[in-house]
Amino acid sequence: MDTEENNVVVEPVDKGKVRHILKVAIILFVVTVFEFIIAFTLTAGGLKTSIFVVMTIIKAFYIVSEFMHLGHEEKGLRWMIIFPTILVIWLIVALLAEGSYISLERFF
Amino acid sequence: MDSTATAATTTAKVNQWDGGKSPFNVSYGKLMMWIFLVSDAFTFSGLLVSYGMVRFSADSWPVAEKVFNALPFTHIEAPLIFVGIMTFILILSSVTMVLAVEAGRRMDKKGVEKWMFWTIIGGITFLSCQAWEWSHFIHGTGLGGASLTSNEYGPPGFAAFFFFITGFHGTHVLSGVVINYIIYYNTVRGVYNERGHYEMVEKVGLYWHFVDLVWVFVFTFYYLV
Repeated sequence: MDTEENNVVVEPVDKGKVRHILKVAIILFVVTVFEFIIAFTLTAGGLKTSIFVVMTIIKAFYIVSEFMHLGHEEKGLRWMIIFPTILVIWLIVALLAEGSYISLERFF
Repeated sequence: MDSTATAATTTAKVNQWDGGKSPFNVSYGKLMMWIFLVSDAFTFSGLLVSYGMVRFSADSWPVAEKVFNALPFTHIEAPLIFVGIMTFILILSSVTMVLAVEAGRRMDKKGVEKWMFWTIIGGITFLSCQAWEWSHFIHGTGLGGASLTSNEYGPPGFAAFFFFITGFHGTHVLSGVVINYIIYYNTVRGVYNERGHYEMVEKVGLYWHFVDLVWVFVFTFYYLV
């Protein structure tokens, strides 16, 4: 066991990389704390919802791009992953419109 | 057609796609993990968007922060506090996972062991919190609680989607913890030192961050909005 481990060269901690990870972590924490402040101060409505959606997209961007390292991968790989998920936007629009229509039919 | 332009694009394409190397510059396993995650993202989008549709078609909907306002060991009203703690725990375990990946790149076995250990602890803590949250939600406040068919807080769809979405996410966390444990076990045994690289840690890392990513969306669209 000991001889095995001695063959492996352990490189020293990359301080810059760790600092970058901590920076991203702090951004995620700050955004979440900001979401809490908004949750308790603003009344429900379009503005509140849009702030939450923007904050969520910011958090998702940092997790996917930095933690999952996608921002540093090849362009082709990035598009292979991002393009199909963009198509979900239409699913959201279509189903929410459908839901509102059902509600109109049912209750008005 | 301009012949020189065609020639230029052909050479550019040949360089990247003529075989012998991965055009995306990632290993087979990592690429497959990404493709799996894209398909899993569709499953979660399907669940969350249908939740949105049912919510839009209902005439009233409970305010989630009024439903989930309890804190373990206390009787105070604390809207969003407990779920906020859960969110921080999951983000924190994502951070320890990146640190494990970073240690793996340096072939630092001790570092990978340490950070994988904390990632597993974070995952287990999150699952325990969720178990408490479910139990509290099911038992309710003395008005019948919630199940798949009935719900004291409002439309049954609210409870059904809560069980489906957080349950499906919780199952992901559970399998993530199990996979993380297997990787931790292999690291301790020295499997990856022998193999000469710690790419398996990167692959489970992708999965674990995805679980965190899904929680970010569930948190927003189930608890905040």
